[in-house]
Amino acid sequence: MRIACPLCGERDLREFTYRGAAVLLDRPAEPDPVAFDAYLHLRDNPAGPNAELWHHAFGCRAWLRVVRDTRTHAILEVGLARDARGRLAPGVGEAVVPAEGEGTA
Amino acid sequence: MTRLASGGLVDRSRRLAVTFDGAPLVAHPGDTLASALVANGVRLVGRSFKYHRPRGIVAAGVEEPNALVTLGAGARRTPNLRATEVEVHDGLVAVSQNRWPSLRRDAMAVNDLLSPFLSAGFYYKTFMWPPAFWERLYEPMIRAAAGLGALSGERDPDASEKAFAFADLLVIGAGPAGLMAALVAGRAGARVILADEDFRLGGRLNAERMEVDGRPGAAWAGEVVTELAGLPNVRLMPRTSVIGAYDGGTWGAVERVSRHLAEPPADAPLDAFWRIAARRAILATGAIERPIAFPDNDRPGVMMGGAVRAYLNRWAAAPGRRAVVFTNNDDGWRTAEALVAVGIEVAALVDARPGATPPAGPWLAAAGAVVTGTRGRRGLRAVRLRDAAGERWVEADLLAVSGGWNPSVHLACHLGARPVWDEGVAAFGPPADGVPGLLAAGAAAGAFSTRAALAGGAAAAAEALAALGLAAGTVDIPEAEDGPVAVTAFWHVADAGGRAWVDLQNDVTVKDVALAAREGFRAAEHMKRYTTHGMATDQGKLGGLLGTAVLAGLTGRSVAETGITTFRPPWTPVPIAALGAGGQGQGFAPERLSPAHTAIIARGAPQTEAGLWRRPLCFPRPGEATVRAACDREVRMVRSTVGVCDVSTLGKIDVQGPDAAAFLDRVYANTISTLAPGRVRYGLMLREDGFAMDDGTVARLGPAHFLVTTTTAAAGEVLAHLDFAYQCLWPELDVAFASVTDHWAQVAVAGPLAREVVNAVIDAPVGSDGFPFMACGPVSAAGVAGRLFRISFSGEHAYELAVPARHGAALFDRLVTEAEARGGGAYGLEALNVLRIEKGHPTHAELQGRTTADDLGLGRLVAAGKDCIGRGAAARPGLSDPQREQLVGLKAIEAGGRLVAGAHVVLPGGHTTPPNDLGYLTSACFSPTLGREIALGFVRNGRARTGETVRVVCLLRGHDTPAEIVAPAFVDPEGERLRG
Ligand SMILES: [Zn+2]
Repeated sequence: MRIACPLCGERDLREFTYRGAAVLLDRPAEPDPVAFDAYLHLRDNPAGPNAELWHHAFGCRAWLRVVRDTRTHAILEVGLARDARGRLAPGVGEAVVPAEGEGTA
Repeated sequence: MTRLASGGLVDRSRRLAVTFDGAPLVAHPGDTLASALVANGVRLVGRSFKYHRPRGIVAAGVEEPNALVTLGAGARRTPNLRATEVEVHDGLVAVSQNRWPSLRRDAMAVNDLLSPFLSAGFYYKTFMWPPAFWERLYEPMIRAAAGLGALSGERDPDASEKAFAFADLLVIGAGPAGLMAALVAGRAGARVILADEDFRLGGRLNAERMEVDGRPGAAWAGEVVTELAGLPNVRLMPRTSVIGAYDGGTWGAVERVSRHLAEPPADAPLDAFWRIAARRAILATGAIERPIAFPDNDRPGVMMGGAVRAYLNRWAAAPGRRAVVFTNNDDGWRTAEALVAVGIEVAALVDARPGATPPAGPWLAAAGAVVTGTRGRRGLRAVRLRDAAGERWVEADLLAVSGGWNPSVHLACHLGARPVWDEGVAAFGPPADGVPGLLAAGAAAGAFSTRAALAGGAAAAAEALAALGLAAGTVDIPEAEDGPVAVTAFWHVADAGGRAWVDLQNDVTVKDVALAAREGFRAAEHMKRYTTHGMATDQGKLGGLLGTAVLAGLTGRSVAETGITTFRPPWTPVPIAALGAGGQGQGFAPERLSPAHTAIIARGAPQTEAGLWRRPLCFPRPGEATVRAACDREVRMVRSTVGVCDVSTLGKIDVQGPDAAAFLDRVYANTISTLAPGRVRYGLMLREDGFAMDDGTVARLGPAHFLVTTTTAAAGEVLAHLDFAYQCLWPELDVAFASVTDHWAQVAVAGPLAREVVNAVIDAPVGSDGFPFMACGPVSAAGVAGRLFRISFSGEHAYELAVPARHGAALFDRLVTEAEARGGGAYGLEALNVLRIEKGHPTHAELQGRTTADDLGLGRLVAAGKDCIGRGAAARPGLSDPQREQLVGLKAIEAGGRLVAGAHVVLPGGHTTPPNDLGYLTSACFSPTLGREIALGFVRNGRARTGETVRVVCLLRGHDTPAEIVAPAFVDPEGERLRG
């Protein structure tokens, strides 16, 4: 797998570490155990596009929001996590179906 | 000798010294071991896996199932290499496998007589009971009897290498399609890699007699290779097997770099494992001819028709003197013609198709005829034919079989796509878009004529170039043979009795497949597991489809319906040494050395591994025979005078910015923003799930400048965590941070005389009033700007002095010298650990991912008035349950009592059963200060149990020790020593 880091360009998978669904960007504002339980543990498991967090750990150290098709590992979208925050971070497939021709093959 | 008088792509002017099972072979440059064996009339090359049947060479390429050999001797012994892929060199020593005591007299051949009892599933059914016998008796016995070659068991003296390459277009296979594709793309200026597992590029063009562009196909291939070699944007990779397709246009490949050299350069790797990132790829892997199952089709002398032509044409080696050709397709006719062209008699051309019209020639041509048996103990002597006239034996020492060709679509299926049945060629073809960016061309796409392969390669290249945004120039497709594919699927000569093999390598017969079908293993995958069909090095390249086609016939389904087992990487076997290249010995993991390393080594300290770091265990003095003796002395030294310890390995992160304090408040459980400049505070970090992640110190060097430390082990994890907290949660904060672990050397000075030692080294001495416990500030030492922290891990009056890394060794040396002058000295990791256990400081033995701040006795640290990572989840009721295991100290009641980490804490008087289990020990040591063993551990409701006596039990080591639960600070619980 290859991921096009917005800062470094296209790099091999081994430069990155995986964190999980991009819902981690939407941290509950209040220290409510129930809200945190959902934030930490409840995940969709889509067969299709999934928004995720990847860390360019052996590169520029940027956290990236990557939309990956879980069926094909096609990388459909890559952006800096810091820019994605505040936007609804979709955990479900429907929200992030890319436009025709978008994404890397 | 069976080398033909002329022809072939071998250099007859040079003779190479090659032996097989000790006998010399006449071999020339250009030979493979297999061609040399054929050219020297060697027919028996191996014994079969299960029945130890005599076996000969069947194929001429990667699909060879029988001719597996072991090369080299001693530690360099390499087993299971296909003789068809071994390029000969001077001094090559090859031996056969799976026979004892010799290939001709194989004691295990008795298995063949037992074959009625050795059918599929035999082992599973017979060696069932008693279960303990499996490991001790049955499995070793079966493995010894049914073995491939063996490894030497010695350390591999050779090195392999990992390498990386990038291309616009990867062309896999250098036959007519691949060469044409590379030529079109190369001329258009694309960055092209052309990889082929053969050492001579050209594919089937080297094995056939047909012409391309008016000259021999091999000559045309040679000209194209010469042109490609001259293009700077084209990289030719012969001897390179592309073994796997991976996501995002990544390919794995293994290049045999020096295996073919008699005297490789000293620095040449044996193999190179390549990762190739290519924007587009072309699958030009050709096709593999498939066998037909008929009785006794496994004798030496039964060979694939295409392989016969390859030996005749490429290597001028005659696999026999009198041949029979058995085919179900027009291509098989070419074998008869090729044999006659070099003067080999063809007794019969047997075509299984009833309506076929095989060409007339000096042979008996029979349509609608089949082979129903063979004869010959160690090699073929006669073939039994059945045609309209009946059944009869024909003398022959070579039987060339052509069951049709299977496109080599494996790589196109590596990402999970299934091959697609192509009725036109009676074979599975590549799935469309099975690997994004991959196009199949030539025989791999079912285009079997030479002209179609050339045109297909050019068309695929043009399509790839268009996708890359490059223009393909006009390229003429050379004139070449363009015969139609005429094949009628024919798999198995039924109603002929006897044993008919579908998988030669794993000794699987039609009967085994039938048994599997009868017992319900009707899916191709199930049949494979039940019969071992298509396993081992072969992976069904030769007989994979034949086996499932037989299964289809037996179960009344079409082949397309039955399907074929999944193709997975690797395409060809990969030496583990190539996959793990660079990972042996020191290369296994990076090695990190402290900036004080040279000074530590100079003092004779034995080293230990702490993560990637090398750290000193202790600094033994004369007469100290054990680490323990040195450690005990070092602990007493720190408690009584002064000790010096390198702590440069601690993670250090420099945090700056107007919002630095606010940021640290959010990542630490306790409040940092109230810390005054020039002061240090202990800090505890939680994970978001409320459990403790790491601890360390936070020093405020200025209003907007902090230096935080992490434990050695967690430095990387904490930095990634801070990256996450800042970039993903609070990017609006004005803060920046970076790891400075490697920038600073840091040395701890601890003990009652610590201040004297520090003041002897720094330029402006510090006093108690001006530099109290938990102070920090800039200092200079011998003119070098550094930092001083008054912090203590040992519980003693202590400092940590930091200087830029390049001065680390000098600083360590200087401090140790000053300490030694005062009766102190250096101490190592062992004493550091004992000192911190005596003081009750947790490390990662205690911060092990399952403990909360409250478990650690640090619940009061978690600040209530602010948000921080972990606060929300830490409020879950289960995390503050009083029945949780809490950090306690344990002290052996008797002086000789043994406490070891991992031992369990058990209620006194009960059995050592889970209901009586209170907890476990995480860190333990002998405390020279207390004169007995002490430990830290987690005990259910442990703080309330202070003063209780429990049993500490280690069933593994046989310890059962009474111990007292105490507060986790064994030494100076009030902290008077460190403040003094
Ligand atoms: Zn990057």
